[in-house]
Amino acid sequence: MNYWLFFPELLLVGLAFLLLIADLFLPTSRKHYLAFLGALSLAGVAAAALTLRGEKVSLFSGMFLVDDYALFFKFFFPALGVLVLLASVEYAKKRLTHTGEYYGLILISVLAMMLMTAAGELLTAYISLELLSFSLYIMAAYERDNPKSSEAGLKYILLGAFSSALLLYGISLIYGLAGTTSFEGIGRLVQGGNGPALFLGLALIIAGLGFKLAVVPFHMWAPDVYEGSPLPVTAYLSVASKAAGFALLLRLFATAFAPLMVDWQGVLAGVAAVTMTVGNLVAIQQRNIKRLLAYSAIGQAGYLLLGVVVLSPQAADAILFHLAGYAASNLAAFVAIIAYFNQTGHEDIPDYAGLAERAPFVALTLSIALFSLAGLPFFAGFTTKFYLFLAAAQGGFLWLAALAVLNSLISLYYYLLIVKEMYISPPPPQAGRLPVSILLHGVLGVLLIAVFLIGIYPSPLLTLIQAATRPLFF
Amino acid sequence: MPLLLLTFVTPFVGAVIIAAIPSAHRNAIRMVAASVATITLALAIYIFLSYDYRTGGFQFQERYPWLENLGIAFQLGVDGISAPMVLLTGIVIFTGVLVSWYVDYRTKDFFILLFTLVTGVIGVFISLDLFFLFFFYELAVLPMYLLIGVWGSTRKEYGAMKLVIYLTAGSVLVWIGILALYIAPEAKTFDLLRLGQMTFSPDFQRLFFPFFLLGFGVLAGLWPFHTWSPDGHVAAPTAVSMLHAGVLMKLGAYGIIRVGVSILPYGATVWMPVLVLLATVNVLYGAFSAMAQRDLKFVIGYSSISHMGYVLMGFGTLSVVGVSGAVLQMFSHGVMTALFFALVGMIYDRAHTREISAFGGLAHRMGLVSVFFVVAGLTSLGLPGLSGFVAELLIFIGTFQTYPIIGVLAIIGAAVTAVYILRLLATVFFGPFNTRWENLRDGSRVELFAAAVLVGVLVYVGVYPTLFVNIISSGVGPLLERVAGVG
Repeated sequence: MNYWLFFPELLLVGLAFLLLIADLFLPTSRKHYLAFLGALSLAGVAAAALTLRGEKVSLFSGMFLVDDYALFFKFFFPALGVLVLLASVEYAKKRLTHTGEYYGLILISVLAMMLMTAAGELLTAYISLELLSFSLYIMAAYERDNPKSSEAGLKYILLGAFSSALLLYGISLIYGLAGTTSFEGIGRLVQGGNGPALFLGLALIIAGLGFKLAVVPFHMWAPDVYEGSPLPVTAYLSVASKAAGFALLLRLFATAFAPLMVDWQGVLAGVAAVTMTVGNLVAIQQRNIKRLLAYSAIGQAGYLLLGVVVLSPQAADAILFHLAGYAASNLAAFVAIIAYFNQTGHEDIPDYAGLAERAPFVALTLSIALFSLAGLPFFAGFTTKFYLFLAAAQGGFLWLAALAVLNSLISLYYYLLIVKEMYISPPPPQAGRLPVSILLHGVLGVLLIAVFLIGIYPSPLLTLIQAATRPLFF
Repeated sequence: MPLLLLTFVTPFVGAVIIAAIPSAHRNAIRMVAASVATITLALAIYIFLSYDYRTGGFQFQERYPWLENLGIAFQLGVDGISAPMVLLTGIVIFTGVLVSWYVDYRTKDFFILLFTLVTGVIGVFISLDLFFLFFFYELAVLPMYLLIGVWGSTRKEYGAMKLVIYLTAGSVLVWIGILALYIAPEAKTFDLLRLGQMTFSPDFQRLFFPFFLLGFGVLAGLWPFHTWSPDGHVAAPTAVSMLHAGVLMKLGAYGIIRVGVSILPYGATVWMPVLVLLATVNVLYGAFSAMAQRDLKFVIGYSSISHMGYVLMGFGTLSVVGVSGAVLQMFSHGVMTALFFALVGMIYDRAHTREISAFGGLAHRMGLVSVFFVVAGLTSLGLPGLSGFVAELLIFIGTFQTYPIIGVLAIIGAAVTAVYILRLLATVFFGPFNTRWENLRDGSRVELFAAAVLVGVLVYVGVYPTLFVNIISSGVGPLLERVAGVG
């Protein structure tokens, strides 16, 4: 067996521990070096993954897959990790203690997500998912002195444990029937037909993953956790963990349960419809910007489910494509919010009044990010949504695509309310310009470029994505 | 030379250059804005004049690959319908920049957004790919919100939000229509030229034509989805009202023709009687509402509804005369309404009110503004020798040929227009002089130059419409042959 194929993961484990050890020797005033060390590590991991191009093998008797699909995420998640690490520096310095472990946890969670997308059987998938969840539980509760943060952590771990139990029960049922947990083996079993136990097993797995992805009706934890967690963690949760969940879901459904999915199309379509509608309608009511983005993220999960419903090769491309666009846009929005929060400590929408005059670049980025999320052209959101809705319509779900378009209109309304505060409402009296660090400006700039590039020149990214989804269907 | 690409890129580059200038340098920003607008206008004129109507069809074609696997390419070209629209955009942005010369509040942001808007508008008129047409169509909405919300007056936040919601709701319908079109077994391309040759099944056409008709119709001010328009016009700053009523509403009408009628001709024949009825309501309702207004800008806003009604009515006839008249009316009304809004803006900037009853005898103080206003008014009521006459005459002829009763109603609409326009002219500019306006000054040189350009165009088209009519019918002809082929 060629352990070189497992090298990026091993490297990341090593570097994560190196970072935790380095933490012991650094004085508190220099902890932010660790963020840069972490960013370098992740860049190194992504570089190491470059050597795996075109491989298609499985390691450890099929537990771990090395293919272009997993490879895509070996770039995607480290990239997100780097951005979140850099966006955390100032926030962590001001509001968090034990920042060394915080950065270490980000590395470990990136590892977990890489493993999730490379898993070739249910238990590996489950264990990586738990590794991710546990990192996130801790990170959600990281602001120890803030009761909201502790509440967020507690809520998250309770509901997370509950959903893990559902998932695990579903896995055990499937194992009982198939005698194996590998996706391939399950695929063979499913060919043989349907049965009540299989149905129940799959239902439990869908419910368990549904919790992790915060789709309606399993979404109740999300707004509270998003609101209470430290802002960079909220950003990370809303982007990375959602992407990892969808990446796992896509591989699981496309390789293991593909023949069954036809029976589930109706149910999933209903879930998608309800998820996007509830997410977007409830978002209108929100005053707190983190809660608003939590509901908007629920809505976005609904759009992504469209692709899962259809589950054609084009739909799979569309899911990854929209994930990339959503990640860039949502992260840009959150980094802008972090920049504002670092200086003011406010997170209600009316507090953003006059931000265009106080911090023009931050206001511009936030507006562009929101417009992109709403699906306006020139930005990533329009192109990726167009692609996604097209794939859904081609899969025979024109009505669902139409509903999604309608939901985009609703979302534009509440995003515009934020833009209105920033650009139209006057700033509060005696409010001067807000200083924003060069680092945050840099992160915002990178994200902005990504949002524009995906929006107007998507073909390079789409070529990569098409290569990535090929192993799922052949 | 990639002429169309250049025309499209110029305003965008302008916006980028302006973004790079520090906001304190207002004069530099204005100079750049004026130069960019001049170049855009020059290119638009060049394209219009060198369009060869004897050959017809789409000219100056360019094609840049984009997403080939979906059948999307950035494909450009103009025909006899879009060439006048590009010219109109050039004229309106040129004069719009001039009348915005004295915008002092966040000048830089204002011009950036204005040029972004124009980029989108030109993009719609020159795109021969459905994806990009829709892309730019949506792009036009976004800057509108900020332009009205930040620089507007009278209930600006309400007006801006209402406009965005209505227009986006319209584009939701269009978007659904596009999705449906793409998944129909025939299509799998966004190329408008190829879509324009395909035949979709009659049931499909009957079902999905309304999506395009109503979706684009919202932006064209189609009754009963027009209410965003007067509110938006009134709230918007002068240059934006000009672009908005002058060009943006034409995007909607253009979309109906370019996408709806040319791709789904059978659907058009089925639904056009409905459009004619709605358009008649537009004409009459708009005219009567205009009569009841007290605010100058509302009068112009409702008169736009009424005039856009003529455009839609002309489309509804599906005859070469009627549709050509409608396209000419799009151009003529665009210039005329830009002139109206420019003049109202000049008056409002000086008098700080738009209440009609507050004025009287303004001609004593604002001589040239009054003269120009009278010209715009006369165009509006269709006086021979001005552009409105030719356009409306063609529409009336087309309507009488197909729907005689509607034709009568249309002419009644024109009579009502005459009533409210003449009454407006009489109260505001003539009659006894209201001494409150003793210190009022005429427009500045820049502003009057802008207005004079617009007046010149109105007179030119009115006196010598041949060129316009030739070019327009070279575009309308093939389209209607296709419609006749299926109808």
